[in-house]
Amino acid sequence: MEAIWNILWSIISFYNFLLIRIVIVLVMMLMTAAYLVYFERKISAWAQNRLGPNRVGWYGLLQSFADVFKLLFKEDIVPDNANKKIHALAPMIALFVAFTTYAVIPIGPGITIAGFDIPMVIADVNIGILYVLALTSVGVYAITFAGWSSGSKYSLLGGIRSSAQMISYEISMGFSIGGVILLSESLRPMAIVESQSGLMWNAFVQPIGFITFLVSAFAETNRLPFDLPEAEPELVGGYHTEYSSMKFAAFFLAEYANMLIASTLIVTLYLGGWQIPYIETLGLSSGLVLALQVAGFFVKVGALLFFFIWVRWSIPRFRYDQLMNLGWKVMFPLSLFNIIWVAVLIMIFNL
Amino acid sequence: MSGNNIPPKKRIKDLTFGEKIYIPEIIKGLSLTLRTMFKPKFTMEYPEEKFIPAGSYRGRPVLVEENNGEERCVACGLCSRVCPALAIEVQAAETEREKERYPEKFEINMLRCIFCGFCEEVCPEEAIVMSKDYELAFSNREDAIYGKDKLLVPVDQLQDRIDFLRKYK
Repeated sequence: MEAIWNILWSIISFYNFLLIRIVIVLVMMLMTAAYLVYFERKISAWAQNRLGPNRVGWYGLLQSFADVFKLLFKEDIVPDNANKKIHALAPMIALFVAFTTYAVIPIGPGITIAGFDIPMVIADVNIGILYVLALTSVGVYAITFAGWSSGSKYSLLGGIRSSAQMISYEISMGFSIGGVILLSESLRPMAIVESQSGLMWNAFVQPIGFITFLVSAFAETNRLPFDLPEAEPELVGGYHTEYSSMKFAAFFLAEYANMLIASTLIVTLYLGGWQIPYIETLGLSSGLVLALQVAGFFVKVGALLFFFIWVRWSIPRFRYDQLMNLGWKVMFPLSLFNIIWVAVLIMIFNL
Repeated sequence: MSGNNIPPKKRIKDLTFGEKIYIPEIIKGLSLTLRTMFKPKFTMEYPEEKFIPAGSYRGRPVLVEENNGEERCVACGLCSRVCPALAIEVQAAETEREKERYPEKFEINMLRCIFCGFCEEVCPEEAIVMSKDYELAFSNREDAIYGKDKLLVPVDQLQDRIDFLRKYK
């Protein structure tokens, strides 16, 4: 009995409770994605003077679970022309990318309980930002594969559009991050957050970089001003036209998980992560400060998620050539200018 | 190149700098939707809260029942004659009352009725009027044929429509 308990304990406490942290983050992500769908529908309704879903559960709070169960019980239809293997692989890639990216985002500073140093991040790796950029690029494959393997012209058009769009915006996204890295002198998300102490948030230091990153994040997550891969009026459903049942749900979930990742990434890179400016001057106990900081992180992420949804229901979709124009002729030069701006700031103020 | 001197098309208004950089316009749009979010909602939560139409509403046609429990209808058959959808069937019979005629059988097939209101318009006795009733669901064809039992409605409940008809018909 003692031996079994010891083995179990060693598994649980492996690498500072890694398994527990993974489970917590995964559950949090799934719940957030589910409730994002609910809030998307609610906020869209409010913006149109409607009430939104309010029948399933208290104020419709169980709506997204009802939707998931409905999708589970639906028939999985694969078109005859589809390349079956890739058709099944694409939603898996989408989900994989959506869930693994979150591993490097810090929720709060480390905490020490009973001799265990527990960092509030799954993996505090030195190349964190590089890892995020690499994974989001893999996300393009999900959509491209989905479009290519469906054997339908609408899906193919959606897939091609999406790959072009995501590659274009990845560049301005990468260059905007360049400014952040210049300031933090590290690719480690923890170090980036710590470099933004006080009011030195990157959003204030480099507003241009913040805006270019924000816009690129919208394009990367295929959210509304840039949701050309889906573009319901022209492309039926874009890349997921030929998907049904849980495969469709996987894409749907991945879209909202991507939104969450984009928000957490923006908070980490530009809005000071978990930091609350000048909280240490208030003289609160360290436990309370920690709780407030974690809460602050979630408040920031929540505000950004609301912003994502809010923008979706306010701004019409770009035309494809306008999108490319914006990406290459506006966003790209602006993000380059931002790097110069940050470099000059560092030169002058020795930041 | 002589005939090709059409002046270049002018925009009605050139975009200002603020409109060109787009961000102020986005903020305007966002503030509009944000303000809309806090406005009262138009949705009526149907089964709990029911829409009560105005007198001009044309719901299901009904027969007017006088306060003494008799129908106004004299079974002239004009409604049946005018009905474009052939939904009304009237069978007249004689009675000892002062009106002398009454409909022995009066049936409206609600699967056929198109709610045009011609029956009401043509009726010389104001005996058939359009009610406010819009909840018409039936699970089989037999239920859709409304006989006198379902058609007769007391005159008090139809006062709105009768007032409307007297004013505008």
